[in-house]
Amino acid sequence: MSILENAKQTVQGAAQAAMKKAIALAPDSWLPGGQPDPLIRQQHGLIGAPVSRLDGPLKVRGQAPFAAEFPLDGMVYAAIAFSAVAKGRIAALDLAAAEAAPGVVLVMTHANTPRLQPMPLFLTAEKAAGGDDLPVMQDDRIHWNGQPIAVVLAETQEQADHASSLIRATYEAEPATIAFAEAKAQGTEPGQFMGQPLKLEKGDAEAALAASPVSVDATYVTPRHNHNPIEPHAATLAWDGDRLLLHDASQAVAHTAWSLAQVFGIEEKQVRVTSPFVGGGFGSKTLWQHQVLGAAAAKLAGRPVRIALSREGMHRMIGGRTLTEQRVAIGAQPDGRFEAIIHTGTVAMTRHNALPEPFILPTRSAYAAGSLKLDVEVAYMDMLANTFMRAPGEAVGTFALECAIDELAAKLGMDPVELRIRNEPERDPVEGTPFSARHIVEAWRAGAERFGWSRRNPTPGAVRDGEWLVGLGCATATYPYYRMPGGAARLTLTRDGRVRVEIAAHEMGMGTATAQSQVVAERLGLPLEAVSFAYGDSSLPGVVLAGGSQQTAAIGAAVAAAHRVLVAELLQLAGNDSPLAGLKPEEVGGLDGGLAGLEEPARRESYASILARAGREAVVAEASAPPPLETQHWSMHSHGAMFCEARVNRITGEPRISRFLGSMDCGRILNAKTAASQFRGGIIMGLGLALMEETQFDERKGRIMNPSLAEYHVPVHMDVPEIDVIWTDIPDPHAPMGARGVGEIGITGTGAAVANAIFNATGRRVRDLPITLDKLL
Amino acid sequence: MTPFRYARATEAGEAVRLAAEAGARYLGGGTNLVDLMRETIERPAALIDVTGLAATIKETEAGGLRIGAAARNTALAEHRAVRSRYPALARAILAGASAQIRNMATVGGNILQRTRCTYFYDDAGARCNKRNPGEGCDAIDGFNRSHAILGASPACVATHPSDMCVALAAFDAVVHLAGPAGARQMPLTELHRLPGGHPEIETALRPGELITAIELPPLPIAARSTYRKVRDRASYAFALVSVAAALDVRDGRVADVRLALGGVAHKPWRARRAEEALRGGPATAAAFRVAAEAELAPAAPLRDNGFKIELATRTIAAVLGELAGEAA
Repeated sequence: MSILENAKQTVQGAAQAAMKKAIALAPDSWLPGGQPDPLIRQQHGLIGAPVSRLDGPLKVRGQAPFAAEFPLDGMVYAAIAFSAVAKGRIAALDLAAAEAAPGVVLVMTHANTPRLQPMPLFLTAEKAAGGDDLPVMQDDRIHWNGQPIAVVLAETQEQADHASSLIRATYEAEPATIAFAEAKAQGTEPGQFMGQPLKLEKGDAEAALAASPVSVDATYVTPRHNHNPIEPHAATLAWDGDRLLLHDASQAVAHTAWSLAQVFGIEEKQVRVTSPFVGGGFGSKTLWQHQVLGAAAAKLAGRPVRIALSREGMHRMIGGRTLTEQRVAIGAQPDGRFEAIIHTGTVAMTRHNALPEPFILPTRSAYAAGSLKLDVEVAYMDMLANTFMRAPGEAVGTFALECAIDELAAKLGMDPVELRIRNEPERDPVEGTPFSARHIVEAWRAGAERFGWSRRNPTPGAVRDGEWLVGLGCATATYPYYRMPGGAARLTLTRDGRVRVEIAAHEMGMGTATAQSQVVAERLGLPLEAVSFAYGDSSLPGVVLAGGSQQTAAIGAAVAAAHRVLVAELLQLAGNDSPLAGLKPEEVGGLDGGLAGLEEPARRESYASILARAGREAVVAEASAPPPLETQHWSMHSHGAMFCEARVNRITGEPRISRFLGSMDCGRILNAKTAASQFRGGIIMGLGLALMEETQFDERKGRIMNPSLAEYHVPVHMDVPEIDVIWTDIPDPHAPMGARGVGEIGITGTGAAVANAIFNATGRRVRDLPITLDKLL
Repeated sequence: MTPFRYARATEAGEAVRLAAEAGARYLGGGTNLVDLMRETIERPAALIDVTGLAATIKETEAGGLRIGAAARNTALAEHRAVRSRYPALARAILAGASAQIRNMATVGGNILQRTRCTYFYDDAGARCNKRNPGEGCDAIDGFNRSHAILGASPACVATHPSDMCVALAAFDAVVHLAGPAGARQMPLTELHRLPGGHPEIETALRPGELITAIELPPLPIAARSTYRKVRDRASYAFALVSVAAALDVRDGRVADVRLALGGVAHKPWRARRAEEALRGGPATAAAFRVAAEAELAPAAPLRDNGFKIELATRTIAAVLGELAGEAA
């Protein structure tokens, strides 16, 4: 990011800070969420029901079209060649063999790529979606090892791959900053995240730490991670004149459409992005160079293009989580009360991306402490732009924080659950705002009971089962409630008693379409079968990112807004001859296929009757969600109490997880089945983070050496025990439907729960992830 | 993948004739070769499919087993005689890869699979003496946690990835070959080479030679054998260290022993020093540890793999202890 961008962010930050204060002080009733969503009152029905995914049969039959499966007439296939140096320029590209290879349509390099603007960098504008803001194949400069240097289009994928392998590049390499130690030595800069500095001091934490009777102070290290969703990134796209249609694997269709329009210098409405099904996103399925390259090559060739990344290609050009080096120090009284929490450290990033892994975020609101010192410093490296990956900040930040708390508990001789409960804050420790709903203590108690925590032997290394040392550990999971601006939805209610919901949201496998259909059915008083949910298309209303675990709230708020418009319109149509006559929109709700008075359900008229009488086939209502001011008026966070049973082999050091429980407090659960899968999926990813995930970044060349699922380890079935998940199910009165997001929290706390269980099993405190057997021998 | 010709052979003589052209390679299940072709590490001009050749597993007159090279890994692991008389072999196979891969992979192909060294796989970005003899090795000073501690050379520190071969090496398996100059056989332990100055030459096979069968000698001790694989996740990972062992204990002493290691060298590593140290000695935990240390004495650690020395030592001792316990 440029200095100018930084300055702009700072100014935005100052304005935001002033606004934030005003919002914090405003009366509840002025704010979204000030009046609880009426759906919260409905306790029986579809909300929470474990409805199976509506798209399940389609997927099982292989009939759900993914981005690389759309057939387009005359389509050609793309393959990408990548740079093998980290910095410098391309001295020569020998394309002769590639161009002469069978089936080749064209080879695109910086010499013939159409002139393009850089991708708008994610978070720098409302709809910016780019993973980096570098020139895309516009010149001979190399910015990272793995940067695309050529695109081959051919009649088949095999021909394109083959021709791509024949390209010979020579480089004039330049000295690059590719070693973390060297990057740090060159000086670090404070990290900025969404316009706010990742730096905060409350009181004099260093002095409080020094004065504390009991303290811990340690450094924790987490490695780079690469994104590995089951579906590799892909796009199938075609130009029709100046209009671009792109079938993408996307968690941001509207953002991608707008951003591509900026890149190609066309109007936003000239780009349509669809993404009906996505095989996992986790933060990676935004706009990266491949969509731009595919669209540019299609323009050049005058033919539709499919550009599907190989697994290696994903590791070369789709950013992942960056490494972190974190110091956590906690000073406490002998009774366990925290006097100081210090959470500081350094992350690596590039000059061309927007995410300094914000590992301090969980520490801002987790515990009461007399003083706080938080700081994320950035060391700049010449590498692939890092990006958002499931719970960016929290996933690795909770590892450091929650391990440190476990270390402190051991030092105090206190139960780690009790230590956490003892430091439960009354209000948000940093903002001073009230919590919207915080039931972590209930979650701890319920989880401890169910897991059998009281049977834990606090002495490390004391429990054996044959060759195995067995230990129990726990940690707090936490993730904020977000709702981003831009949500809008359209409802079309037809006389046959069906409703169609349209919103440019996303189904990445989480069950969004299913859970939201349940909500809409409940809101309108319709059976589930009467709801159709249209999403995954930038031509639909709304700018909805499937990220930050905010999509559920964003859709919920947009649909609720559209619903208010719909109800008002229906009441008007119903007129004075209806049993509803005289009722105001806020006094009615959906019931049994019609509208009914909330207080007098007997005053009811069916939708069919209202529309028939009005001579209408359908009513269409569209509205935008209110700005998400609730997040500044209340401190809104989800929590979980994570419990792990780990076994470590005394002979080989092999760590294995034998039990896991997540006791979650995420507001109301909308679908017990899909939510449990989200929690479990997050926890499984957390087990990978704890025990095996690591990008091997060779600091001699700045190159990723394990770009495959054989060498980049994620958990396989045998690594995953039965994972028990329970939840408080207490609605958040200030969130739509009473629900906070559930997509990311599972990966938070899990790494620490594993590490803490391994400590309890062995007495070994491993502070650098992943915890592989060599660290336990 | 580079375009290639494909031919399917129905018997060994035909396969050898078909493979006479330059750049031809035999194709088994393709679980490794086809991967390497996709990665453009292998660029054969022709593939001679030998999966239609003998795949039978039958008793030899001597009382051993003769395994057709085209037998699938799964078939071998599930074979009754293998499970009862050479259990370490069945366990080794089942510890490898995934069920889908084992269903495809042939026994001959498993023997000839190539290293998973990540620098070997990165033809665009790394130096490797296997791919380009003489250009240097980026693994020696790079990520080498999974690399060799025994028998490596300054030219190459790669390991052989097979589990199955570790058990075959322990059991004195003999490999039957057909080639342009006729048939011959050799012990499996002599088929794979140490890297020395020529890591690109991985086996003692002559040009055009085809593995037609593997013969296991009658080996009563193998009935009490096991295989233990230590790895970073519970399944679908290559061995950091693995141990195949058979042990015959009589009156508290080691009457006979077979021991081989995986994940430690450029070839399946028959642990003859340890065997020698054990034979005739006491079957005690201490003696097992001493023998294991003797085997690992020449081990040379790299940046990331020093832990393998202690890990291998412990795993050998544990496996022998387990077998001794069984025997007692």
